[in-house]
This record gives sequence, C-alpha cells and structure tokens, in this order.
Amino acid sequence: MSEQPILNNTPVENPEPEIRLDDEKRVRVLSPGLLIWRRFVRNKLAIAGLIILASMFIFSFIGGLISPYKQQQVFRKTDTAMREYASAMINEDLRYIVKDGEKFSNIAAANFVLAKNNKRTTFDYAGTHYSFKAGAEDFYEIYSLTEIGSVLMLGKKPNFDLNEGETLTAEEETAIAEAVKTKTAAFELDGKQFVLRRDGKNNIISVTKPIAIGTTLIFDASDREGVPIVNNYEFIRGAGLAILENESDFTCGGQTYAIVETDDKTTVYRSGSEDEPFATISNLMIRATSPDVFLSTDFKNAFLDAAANGQRAFSLENADGEPVEYTITRTHNTYTIRTASLTELINMYAPPSRSHILGTDSNGMDILTRLMYGGRVSLVVGFVVVFIELIIGVIVGGISGYFGGIVDMLIMRFIDIFNAIPFYPIVFILGAIMDTMQIAPMQRIFILMIVIGLNGWTSIARIVRGQILSLREQDFMLATRATGIRTMRQIFVHLVPNVMPLLIVQATLSLGSIIIIEATLSYLGIGIKYPYASWGSIINAATNLHVMTNYWYMWFPAGILIFLTVLGFNFVGDGLRDAFDPKMK
Amino acid sequence: MSKYLLRRFLFAAIILIFGSLIIYTVIRCLPTSFIETTARQRSSMPGAKSYAEILEELNKLYARDTSILDGFFKWFKNAMQGNWGTSWVFTKPVVEKFREVIWYSIFLNIVTLFVQTFVSIPLGITAARNQYGKTDYFVTVFSLACISLPTFFLATVLKFIFAIKLDWFDLYGAVGRFHMQLDAWGKFLDLAHHMVLPVVTLSMLSIGGMMRFTRTNMLEVLNADYIRTARAKGLPEDIVIRKHAFRNTLIPLVTYMAYLIPNMFAGSLITETLFQIPGIGFVAYTAVTQGDIPFAMFYSFLTIALTQVSLLIADFMYAAVDPRVRIN
Repeated sequence: MSEQPILNNTPVENPEPEIRLDDEKRVRVLSPGLLIWRRFVRNKLAIAGLIILASMFIFSFIGGLISPYKQQQVFRKTDTAMREYASAMINEDLRYIVKDGEKFSNIAAANFVLAKNNKRTTFDYAGTHYSFKAGAEDFYEIYSLTEIGSVLMLGKKPNFDLNEGETLTAEEETAIAEAVKTKTAAFELDGKQFVLRRDGKNNIISVTKPIAIGTTLIFDASDREGVPIVNNYEFIRGAGLAILENESDFTCGGQTYAIVETDDKTTVYRSGSEDEPFATISNLMIRATSPDVFLSTDFKNAFLDAAANGQRAFSLENADGEPVEYTITRTHNTYTIRTASLTELINMYAPPSRSHILGTDSNGMDILTRLMYGGRVSLVVGFVVVFIELIIGVIVGGISGYFGGIVDMLIMRFIDIFNAIPFYPIVFILGAIMDTMQIAPMQRIFILMIVIGLNGWTSIARIVRGQILSLREQDFMLATRATGIRTMRQIFVHLVPNVMPLLIVQATLSLGSIIIIEATLSYLGIGIKYPYASWGSIINAATNLHVMTNYWYMWFPAGILIFLTVLGFNFVGDGLRDAFDPKMK
Repeated sequence: MSKYLLRRFLFAAIILIFGSLIIYTVIRCLPTSFIETTARQRSSMPGAKSYAEILEELNKLYARDTSILDGFFKWFKNAMQGNWGTSWVFTKPVVEKFREVIWYSIFLNIVTLFVQTFVSIPLGITAARNQYGKTDYFVTVFSLACISLPTFFLATVLKFIFAIKLDWFDLYGAVGRFHMQLDAWGKFLDLAHHMVLPVVTLSMLSIGGMMRFTRTNMLEVLNADYIRTARAKGLPEDIVIRKHAFRNTLIPLVTYMAYLIPNMFAGSLITETLFQIPGIGFVAYTAVTQGDIPFAMFYSFLTIALTQVSLLIADFMYAAVDPRVRIN
C-alpha cells in the first residue's frame, strides 16, 4: 500500500518526452490474432455460441464423470403384480393309465371311445381285440382279449374246440354254454372274465387281460412323496374299482387304503394314519402355474369350497402362517387362481423424479446419464469427422491448387463425380450392409466417421484450391521457389497456413452439419447403435408412436441438445467469419 | 458457346456414368439383398424348392450372375434405351412407379418453394435495410436457428404439438382414411391438409439459408455506389429498394433458385420418410433399404442427372439475368 503513491507519482517526477503524432506508442498495435479476437468478442451471438458450446462440453465430458450412474446401468424396481398362481378345470377328457409293460396306442384309445359311444363292448385295433367294462360314466377298465378256442352249439350240447394248451374246467364249460344260450357277450367266473364273440355259427371264446384304465377322475397326492404312488396304474385301478363296487378299502402294493366318499370328491387314507389324507380323487384338475410350487390339500380344499360357493376370492395361510389372498376367475369350466406376488421389474419409462431427473428410457437406463455419454459420442464424432475432412481436403485441394493445369482439371472432375453421388442412399445401403454383417457397435462408429468424412471433404478441398490458386501467384511464393524449397513444403508450410482462417470458419460450420447428419442417421437407426448412445439414437425412441405420445422427456431433451450444440457451432462459425474478414459476410 | 456447351455435356455424361457405376457397385455388395430375402422366404414355404435352387433362379432372372462391370453396362445399355427394368419391391416398371409417386413430391416442393420464397426474401431484405438493428438481429438468429434444426426433431416436435396434442392434422400419410369417398375438391383439400406439416418442416429448414443469402446479397448491393446515387437524387427509399437494390439482388437469387427447381424431382428423402408421404423420396428410401437394384439405380441416376442439370441451369440463368456475365 505504501508503494502506491510512489508509483502514481513517477510520471510526475520523471515526465516522459512529448509523444509525437506518429509515435508508435501512440497507437497500440494489435497483433492480427488479437485483432480477430477483439472483433470476435464484440459479437454477442458468437459469445452466446461459445457459452453454449462450453456448457455442452462440460455437460458431456464432465457430466459423465459426476453422474452417479453408469451409461449402461439398468434400473429395476420391485412391484406387486397379480400373477397366475394355479389353474383348475373340471376334467371331462378321458385319461388313459396303461399298465406297465402293456401298450395302448392313441388310435386304440380312439377306437375305444367310438365303441363306448356306440354302446358296444368290444373294439379292434391292429389285429387285437379289446373289450372294456363300463363301470361308471367316468371309469373304464380296458382289456385285451386272448382267444382260447371256440364253441359250436349242436342242439343243446356245446361242442368245444380249444386252442392248443388251453383247458376249461367243467364249471366254466357249463357257464359258457349257458352264456351262449342266453346270448350274453361277457361274464365273469371266479375272477376270470370270458368274452364270447359270434363268428358264423361258432362262438369264439376269449379270456381277458386288463391293460389300461380310462378315466376322467383326477388323482391328486397330498404331498410330493405320494405323487409316484398315486399316479401308478395299480393304485388307480384299485381305487377306481373300490369306488365302483362301493368298497371302503383296497390294497395296493402291500398297503391297505381306506376310502371315504363325500359329495364331490373321494379321499383316500393310508391305513394306520387315518387322520392324514393320502390322496384325493375328484373331477377337478388343479395345477400350479410354476412347476416349483406343490399345491397342498388345504389349498385345494379351500379352493373347492370357494368354487362351490361361487366366491371370487379366498384367503389361506401360507407356510409362514401369514394370510395370502387368492382371487378366482372362471372362464367356462376353467378356473384361474391369481395371487399378488412381489416381482422385480425393469424400471422402464419412469417419469422424471429426484433420482432420475429426466426419467428412464425403454431399457430402464437413466436418460440424463445417457444424454451425457451420448453427447460425448456426438461431439467426438463431429471432431473426428472434421479432422478427416480437413486432412483429405487440404491435401487434395493443396495439390490441385498448386499444380493447376491438367492435375487441377482431373482432381476437380473427380471431386465433381464425388459430389454427384447422393449421400443418403449410399449410407442407407452401408447401414444395411453393416446390419447384416453384425458389425460391433464400436466399429460401426468408426466406419460411420469415415463415411461422413468422405462425404464432406470436397467443399474444403474446393476452398483450399481456390485460395491457393490466387496465393501461388504472389511474390512470397516466388521467393520460396527461388530459394529452392521443396514443393510439398511450399504447399503445406507456406500456402496452407494462409488458408487457415477460412479453414477454421469452414470447419466450425461443418461441425454443426456433421452433428446433424450423425443424429439423422442414428435417428433412422443406421448410425450409432445400442449399447452406445448418441443424441440422435436417443431420439430414435420417438419413432415409436407410443413413446412419442406419452413420454416426451425421452426424446425432447436430446433434440434440444442437438439443436443448441449445432446453433452454438453456427454462432461461433459466423462470428469467426466476421472476425477474420468483416467484409466477407 | 457451342464448345462450352459440348464440354459441359461431356463432363455431365462422364459424371453420370461414373457416379452410377459407384452406386451400382455399392448396391451389388448389399448382402441382405432383396433376392436373398425373397429366396429365403420362398424356400420356407411348404413344398418349395431348396434355398440354393431358388437363389440360382432368381440370380439368373435379375442378371446377378454376371460380374459387376458387365452387369452395370448391361443396365446402362438398357437404361439408355429407356428400359429401366421392373422394381423388385413394387413389382411394376420403375418408370411407372415413378410417374405414380412423383406428383406428391412436386406438389410438396412447389408449395414449399413458394412459402420459402415469400417468407425469406422479404425478411432478408428487411434485415439488410436495418443492418445491426433489432430486425437484423432477429433474422440472423432465426435463420441460424433454422439451419441448426435437425429435420427429424423438427418433424417430431411438430407432430407432437399439432397432430397429437392439438389433433389438427394426421400423423402420417398423404391422404386421409376417407379420401376415396370425397369429390375432386374434397380430395384436393384432404391432400393439402396432409401436406401442411411436411411443408412447414421443409420450409423451416430452407428458409434459413435463403434468408441469409438474400440478406448478404442485399447488403452488398445497398453499399454500391449506384444506390448512393439513387438516394442522392432524392428517390423515395421504397423505390430505391424495390427498383434499384432488389432487382440487382435477383441475379444471385435466381441462380440460387435454379439449384432448387430440379431437386423437386428428387424429392426430400428424410421429410417424406418421416411423414410417410408416398413421394419419390419415401419410395426411394423403401427401395434402397430393401436392396431393390432397379429402383435404387433409377433414383440415383435421376439425382445425379438433376444435379448436373441444375448446375447447367444455374450457369445459364446467371448469364441470362446478368448481361455482364458472358459464358466462355
């Protein structure tokens, strides 16, 4: 502080010599660069563009670093949803349970149904005769027949003609003769079934062998261990026959089972554990939707009660003792049982919230974070493409302008051809090729950069050529030639730097259009692909009408970012052009 | 003059041949070509021949069993005789399809050209008259904003506001659902109604460039000595602008428009696709993405030819409106 007055007083103590009018110190000489900068800064639009661009760069390159989420992080949420738990239906179809080691084909089963409906008791399939016993509407025992011989009635005396190795007892013979007289088709004697079939005057005698059960009854075990036993042929036959004959118990596999019939179902108990039901037999087929779930008897009973009472819902305690609500919906004779279950869902199309400022997209990814990473891709693509354009454009334009004549003519015609090629059709084809060849998304970005770069270099080449054509006639070029500087050095060290201002303006302006081209391609689905994002590929979501209509926050911000960035480049480019050459406009 | 013309035509022909050769080569490389897709579809039908057999048949049918160069010259020879082939996707002669759809594009582009001209030229002139004024500032920002808008985003926003939220227009298509039941006037109104959003989109995109072009050229003219003379001799400002300045601005403007007119026949690929207007652009997009060589080749050839024609027209227009320019 104490030095301040001294400094201020210096000019007074040592007055400078009088400044002449043309003194250099009088006019502050600005370097060309500073002059341009001054002019640039005075342009409000250019400053606005610069600010927009700076914020876009911060948003894309630093935003990605501070964002708490990753580019490809998928967000999930848990939600309760009514999901199908089990389905039940009243079974009206016959099921066939075939005895081990026997065969009963589908066609035989169809023939059986035909015979049943036509009230016949025998049917044929593949040379074998079958018969069945119609016990009740829902339980049939099916036999295959083995011929043992024939009987011919001569007057009242039966004349037996048995196959080799077969014998009949006297009682059986009497019974057969009786059956022939009374025209009975089948009868049973001492647990052995006989079937008579007329063949002309002969009656063919066959004995039966049970091979299958056809039933509409459903046998359900009470626990997992019981399942193989209950679905066994012997068990079903035993239980079914016992029900038919109104017996209260039956034996199967050395175990005795007791049967208790109620209105709509039959319960089977294992002898010795009468309080614990072993299986239930009913017309109701009930299946859990998930194979991991085993439906308990309690559940089935609860459902049956509810269904019988016409209830739409019922409640049952689960294994932990908590009540679980089930709802029943009925379509024709099928019941669907639903229950609320906790499910993990991908958090798609989440509206803007505190944790996701712009919501989430169709993949459950945070849109703001994807916009940041997408900005990186869009900006980097822009800069790389401009770089490619500049390199090709400066080299080709420089050579063309410097040499002139036939070289210039050839290069310019080549540029004409290049310019004439319509860009979008070519890129559509390339996109289709890349789709078919399943090129990796990263490689796709590089190919895209090269293609867009190849599209745009011609305008830069033209500018460079035009400038150099006039510059090469100037004296300084004569000097370079006179001092024997190499041709390439003449072009790229002495000529090209003079074109620099124009190049910078052109590069800035084309950055904007490149970003638009890249965004358009990505929007049409031929540019940058998932998992990478670019602003254009984010708006691609709007091609889905549902997204466009309902989730504006998915596509609108990306469009605004593209618009602002391109606007920024155009403002700056325009400002630079004014600054470099105010007359150019 | 005739020497110049001859040289221009020669160059145009060379550019046409080489340009279409390059496009033909690229299209021929298309692996997911229409032929293979068709062969796959046909071979998956019940009782069909094997894929390889059908592919061979189709390749022969579409002359794809030749080399690229042979194929190109065969195509070129046919094309020069007016035989452009049959489109594979649309299964009708290419020229017939072109005649069917071109009217949509022409209609769209003529209306756009009118809107664009009548909006941007007055605005550009006003901006130039008040250089560095408020209007000029607004026009500059507005034109730069128009240039910076991506087509698809503008179209999406317009559709969102006017078709979905306000429900004034249909989202897609050139005609409405009941188009066939309307009388001639009703049909025209229906078509016009559907063209509003595409025209607005196309106009917005092109207004920016034209406005800046007008402003720049107007500024140049306004700084000329003869304008100062006109003002000095006491002519009303209106007459100075209308008779002296604007007429001279017309020279570059006419050249600028000469580029635009032939492009009407090439359609606007992106805008037509976005609004699904069945013009030449949308049809070409469908054809190109499905590997329809005859149609894609026809469209590319057309585009290249139109570009060359527009360059020629621009040259002649320039010479016609400005007697100082002599073609040499």
